[in-house]
Amino acid sequence: MIVQRLAGRLGISEIAFIAAVAGLAVLVPLANLTMPEGSLLHVSNATVVLFGKWMCYALLALSLDLVWGYCGILSLGHGAFFALGGYAMGMYLMRTIGTRGVYGNAILPDFMVFLNWKELPYTWYFFDWFGYSALMAMLVPGALAFVLGWFAFRSRVTGVYLSIITQAVTYALQLAFFRNDMGFGGNNGLTDFKDILGFQVQAQTTRATLFALSALALLGGFAAAKAIVSSKLGLVLIAIRDAETRTRFIGYRVEHYKLFVFVVSAVMAGIAGALYVPQVGIINPSEFSPANSIEAVIWVAVGGRGTLIGAALGAVLVNAAKTWLTAAIPTVWLFALGALFILVTLFLPRGIVGTFGSKLFGHRWSK
Amino acid sequence: MKKLSLAIASLLLVLAALLTVPAGSAFAQTIEETIAKFATDRFPDTTRGVEEITRSGHPTALAIVEALGDNRLAYRRADRRVFVIGTDDKIRSAETGAVETDVDIDDLRRVRINNPIRQTIAAALGALRLGSSDPGQRRAAAEAIMQAREADQAPALEAALGREKDARVATAITQALAALRIVDTKQPESVRLAAIDTLADRGDREALVMLRSLPADAPAAIKQRAERAAAGVERHLSILSGVQNIFFGLSLGSVLLLAAIGLAITFGVMGIINMAHGEMVMLGAYTTFIVQEFLRANAPGLFDWSLLFALPLAFLVSGGVGIAIERTVIRFLYGRPLETLLATWGVSLALQQAVRTIFGSSNREVGNPAFMTGSFDLFGIALTWSRLWIVVFTVVVFACLLFVIRYTDYGLRMRAVVQNRAMAGSVGIRTNWIDALTFGLGSGIAGIAGVALSQIDNVSPNLGQGYIIDSFMVVVFGGVGSLWGTLVAALTLGIANKLLEPLAGAVLGKILILVFIILFIQKRPRGLFAQKGRTAES
Repeated sequence: MIVQRLAGRLGISEIAFIAAVAGLAVLVPLANLTMPEGSLLHVSNATVVLFGKWMCYALLALSLDLVWGYCGILSLGHGAFFALGGYAMGMYLMRTIGTRGVYGNAILPDFMVFLNWKELPYTWYFFDWFGYSALMAMLVPGALAFVLGWFAFRSRVTGVYLSIITQAVTYALQLAFFRNDMGFGGNNGLTDFKDILGFQVQAQTTRATLFALSALALLGGFAAAKAIVSSKLGLVLIAIRDAETRTRFIGYRVEHYKLFVFVVSAVMAGIAGALYVPQVGIINPSEFSPANSIEAVIWVAVGGRGTLIGAALGAVLVNAAKTWLTAAIPTVWLFALGALFILVTLFLPRGIVGTFGSKLFGHRWSK
Repeated sequence: MKKLSLAIASLLLVLAALLTVPAGSAFAQTIEETIAKFATDRFPDTTRGVEEITRSGHPTALAIVEALGDNRLAYRRADRRVFVIGTDDKIRSAETGAVETDVDIDDLRRVRINNPIRQTIAAALGALRLGSSDPGQRRAAAEAIMQAREADQAPALEAALGREKDARVATAITQALAALRIVDTKQPESVRLAAIDTLADRGDREALVMLRSLPADAPAAIKQRAERAAAGVERHLSILSGVQNIFFGLSLGSVLLLAAIGLAITFGVMGIINMAHGEMVMLGAYTTFIVQEFLRANAPGLFDWSLLFALPLAFLVSGGVGIAIERTVIRFLYGRPLETLLATWGVSLALQQAVRTIFGSSNREVGNPAFMTGSFDLFGIALTWSRLWIVVFTVVVFACLLFVIRYTDYGLRMRAVVQNRAMAGSVGIRTNWIDALTFGLGSGIAGIAGVALSQIDNVSPNLGQGYIIDSFMVVVFGGVGSLWGTLVAALTLGIANKLLEPLAGAVLGKILILVFIILFIQKRPRGLFAQKGRTAES
């Protein structure tokens, strides 16, 4: 029934988006696995990984759009939720290495043996179990968002103050994860993964599956976000975005709505991170860097905030440009990114989809 | 310059030679005889030679005795002349110390020594160094004896103490004597107790080690007194390190203040989130680099003044770039702080990449002028000049800024615009010019902060990145719109950081501070010094 109600609210472009992502989820693995190499239809392994990364970024952008585009919370620390999810998955992958590590220790990951640790820290307990790790990949970012949001929204920290705080949080986490005695691998992070749920991480089939899962997660995230923003709750969120004080005076508990959407968004970012790590094969503290989080914001801005498919599209477009530019003319990339930030905020405040979407599809876009 | 000083030096040399030769000729006879004793290469003669030359006060005495101890004193069998073979393998005359180029090292034989002579040499060395005409060297000799605890130097120390006139050297000698005496079982107990007090007065880590390292069989009274003295020294030391931490904290605080003070204007007063603020600091640092390179190439004599030239230039460069950013980007985004944040972040990326393209991504060498190099000692705390000057500089900048805002015509207009833009505009103030100028002022101050920070930090394209989050924390913690709040916040955070560092380590300390500010803002979203009244609304 929910599906039916949801489906009724979808515009043409959104249906097109779902079809495209679902199509990719099926076709890319097929083209990668069944087509012979050299065939025109063959998709290389590197491309599968690249596409998989973009799907995760798109999910991250989607989660950011949910809080920024629909609730006016500009989080400059969403990279932290993404990285925390990634670490949770990375810890599972580390534990499954077992005796195949350089030091061959069945319990301790290599870096702990190297640091001369004798026992597994309690933070690493149960991470050899996939279900627990997957749960943690959602729970830890969610819990951080809950604590942060609980304090911040209750004391009515809004606007740029909140942005600065979230940035400070991810910066503090980055510093913390750099420390060896935190027990998360210091600045080398977690890497050298062997397998996931018994499948080899490096294997072609695993990668294709992970890509398909990422695409599905993006669809799931989209469905969840769409369900939220098109519900009554979503209307309240938009009201908060446009006139927070007024919404409060009408009688809504603004902080509860904000907290809810912030936590949901953090969980989504955590899932994106958890899917990202097995595909790229490494997670280290630089994922927490404030610059990463801000870069995610520009994906949303480019695509069009307040339009869910815009966020996903923006993430893919900007990252495609980044992949191309950093390979072709590396020095230009930061100029281009900088210019993108300036030009989009000045001339395209509603983003690509927000500006051109209505012309293309004749659909009225929620701002 | 060089020619003149050479001429003066040679003149002085001639004069000195004229004066000393006639007066010293009678004395020179005995010196030659004394030195000749080494040429016999017989142990009794060598011993006597060491003793006599030590007493003689001859200028090369120290070099000769040192050389003898290191097996570098040699003589030529043919004419029994004595030479010192330098550690640089140059051969010098023992009498004059002049380098002899026509002496073949193969003709020389080293003067042999045995253990009794080594002891004589050790004693002589102490006496010789303590007898040096340079007070610094005398002090160093006393310190060396104290650290090595050369018990056989006690007589030399006593003798030196008798003739010492310099108070600081005398203190050093007394302390060295005390260090020897507290473990000297032949001394009466009263002397040893007094020695303990002397060491306690010295009150540094060295003294603590000496007080703690009494032999186990020392009498109970001495042990007790030493223990008490050691505890006192420890307390003294911990107070010192506390004071030192506070100074380091002040220094860090002033660095934070310097970095944040421009932001206090652009963010605090104007409400603009300038993420490119750190890059303004970086531009100031690179301006210093360019000024120094220019001076090095064209006027090396002015190098010590380089910072003075760099200050106004950095202000102009960063301020100019700031005004350009305000006119081209920010003015279209007033009232949309989140967009401003993103756009200025883009500016910061572009500026970083521009500097990286022009100057390369590696660190650039920015030199310290003479007055900022080295350190000095204040009550046993080693402070670096550069840190001290930065504290002073920060105070000056802060005072100037306060003056500009409070007492100048421009400051008045700026405050008017901040308080009520529409009203200010209607009384004839060109508000958009004031906006541009104020943003330029904030950026310019960031630029001169960059000049100062170039002295203590690496000048690289990432320089600004390291300060941006800290600066925002300072401004938000202090209360947006309050310059005094920024001052208090910067100093508080600086000192708290340095006090936490010994307890928790540098990184954890920083994390704790960040967490503290994050929690603090939750409690008081408007910072320490919240603005009240109409300006607080937004």
